[in-house]
Amino acid sequence: MKTFVCIKYVPDTSEAEVKLNPDGLTVDDSRFSFDINDADNYAVEESVQIKEAQGGEVTVLSIGPKKSEVMIRMALAKGCDKAMRVEDERMYGHDPLMVAKVLAGAIKGQEFDLVLTGCMASDDWHMSTGVALAEELGVNHASMVNKVEVLDGKVKVNRELEGGLLESVEVELPAVLTIQTGINEPRYAPIKGIRMAQKKELNVVSLDDIGVDPAAVGADASGIELEKLYIPEVVSTAEYLEGEPEEKAEKLATILHKGGLL
Amino acid sequence: MGNVLVLAEHRQGALRDVSFEMLAVAPKLAEGMGGEAVVLLFGSGMDDLAKKIVNYGVKVMVVDDPVFENFNAEIYQQALSALLDDLKPKVFMTGHTAQGVDFMPALAIEKKLPLVADAVGLAFEDGKVKATRQLYSGKLNAVVAFKEADTYLVTFREGAVEAPDPSSAGSVEKVDSPVKEEVSYRKFVEYIEAEVGDVDITQSDILVAIGRGLKEDKNLPLVEDLAAAIKADIAGSRAATDAGWIPHDRQVGTSGKAVKPKLYIAMGISGAFQHLAGMKGAKTIVAINKDPEAPIFSVADYAIVDDMFKVVPKLTEKLKELKG
Ligand SMILES: Cc1cc2nc3c(=O)[nH]c(=O)nc-3n(C[C@H](O)[C@H](O)[C@H](O)COP(=O)(O)OP(=O)(O)OC[C@H]3O[C@@H](n4cnc5c(N)ncnc54)[C@H](O)[C@@H]3O)c2cc1C
Ligand SMILES: Nc1ncnc2c1ncn2[C@@H]1O[C@H](COP(=O)(O)O)[C@@H](O)[C@H]1O
Repeated sequence: MKTFVCIKYVPDTSEAEVKLNPDGLTVDDSRFSFDINDADNYAVEESVQIKEAQGGEVTVLSIGPKKSEVMIRMALAKGCDKAMRVEDERMYGHDPLMVAKVLAGAIKGQEFDLVLTGCMASDDWHMSTGVALAEELGVNHASMVNKVEVLDGKVKVNRELEGGLLESVEVELPAVLTIQTGINEPRYAPIKGIRMAQKKELNVVSLDDIGVDPAAVGADASGIELEKLYIPEVVSTAEYLEGEPEEKAEKLATILHKGGLL
Repeated sequence: MGNVLVLAEHRQGALRDVSFEMLAVAPKLAEGMGGEAVVLLFGSGMDDLAKKIVNYGVKVMVVDDPVFENFNAEIYQQALSALLDDLKPKVFMTGHTAQGVDFMPALAIEKKLPLVADAVGLAFEDGKVKATRQLYSGKLNAVVAFKEADTYLVTFREGAVEAPDPSSAGSVEKVDSPVKEEVSYRKFVEYIEAEVGDVDITQSDILVAIGRGLKEDKNLPLVEDLAAAIKADIAGSRAATDAGWIPHDRQVGTSGKAVKPKLYIAMGISGAFQHLAGMKGAKTIVAINKDPEAPIFSVADYAIVDDMFKVVPKLTEKLKELKG
């Protein structure tokens, strides 16, 4: 099995305050901590497990800045074999179709059986890149995958539908699968792996290097345009309980008890 | 003419909510562009479902073909590719669901058409179709405008708007199936129903729900103590089930369960829309989160902005006291 796994370096905004830059079109990300996208972490684990069971090779692919190399090295430490990082300012990152074209450009011309992506990037929430990538590569796909079984020349996968319902489908290889969180238990990188990862191949390339015409993936090529960003107000009608943690707990206990909520 | 074509979604014999919700958006959008909203229904034996939609005052185009028996992205793409050429809608939209996200991006690439995914709003303004979408765990909104193209593709979030009430009778038209080739490279095998666990959280009166804020499973006793004190069942966000802290059948949200307890206490849960969709039907919602901007507070009745590890033990203690 030759596998590519696409990973994205994303800011953790679950606890951080989001602030816009004065241009209104970009976010001040100076205070965010960045790491691998949650779903991509599961995709890395799945690619390594498939390699361990089937043999073969896993190539990590990421479009991102120099500082994302810590994330890439971590994937290499977990058992991926080599990596490619695309860095080029000319790509229109707001459009997942443009991102897919760049990822496809980096993969085209190389042999592969499987490409794994995350089903969703936690920063931009498109859930579109993987399926667009499959079409761009001219191969089959299945999205929202939470189980992969490798068969002869095909994979049998479970797709997660709404309400806990699953759909089992068979897809002929080569194929792109978009991986859902929870599919496996991502491992921690072993110390030995971390040492070995430093020696593994990490190619840094530009659009020109991978033969992608910058004009075909730039803002002008995109059919959409980001007009503005704004912080939505959290409209809450809740009663906020104030005080020291202990007082808040007491107030809540009283409300729940007296209000007949228990 | 600017028609808006809406692909209705159904599964196991029932229309999905998003199919109706899109009818709160599509007619208005079409009106702005001087066109009409048309609903497309793919399936096998669709008469009953078509009847349900036609009451919303729209034209329903039914493509009845056994190949649509179960959803298959390859077949949908083939059919839609042909129908978009024929019908030339200005906007083609479907749900941002496990079904919609499985073919729309591929269709966009094939037809070289622009796509906005996971739209929560859609309007015709200043001569342009504009979509609103969310980023960064719902802490940031973006307005995205389409540039001129034959058709704009949109996947629309389920639960983003309320479905309208049925209005007047529209019309139903049967359309020949455009699917010509057998599709062989992707095969539907079966549905696998959700697992059933020891507790059915959809029946619980009180739920204590945990999220990634719990940090580690060794902190579980904190929650178990509270749950025991008030005879609650424990549920959680996807982050909590993915981490293995609680079983999968305790997950609340779009890919888990929709719950309607009398009391829902959410702690260390940010309130992603996929989670809110499963619990906003709770009668009383308490949210404990240390981030004042967490979207969970938008649905809460009682809010505590603080560290759950400081609040919850005290809460349990006090509740035990009060109950005597
Ligand atoms: C297709 C799809 C389907 C999905 N379906 C579901 C679903 O059904 N259900 C679901 O829940 N999610 C679902 N998700 C995932 C969803 O998008 C979120 O990632 C998830 O809900 C986040 O869980 P969380 O709130 O526990 O974690 P986070 O978003 O990481 O939030 C953790 C919260 O804990 C708070 N916190 C941290 N420490 C403390 C502390 N000491 N005290 C108090 N608060 C603290 C933080 O401020 C933060 O708000 C789905 C995603 C996809 C792509
Ligand atoms: N810059 C990137 N580099 C590598 N992979 C990416 C990038 N952006 C998106 N992806 C992949 O596409 C998936 C889905 O992203 P999205 O469609 O934006 O939700 C992610 O989980 C990644 O696997």
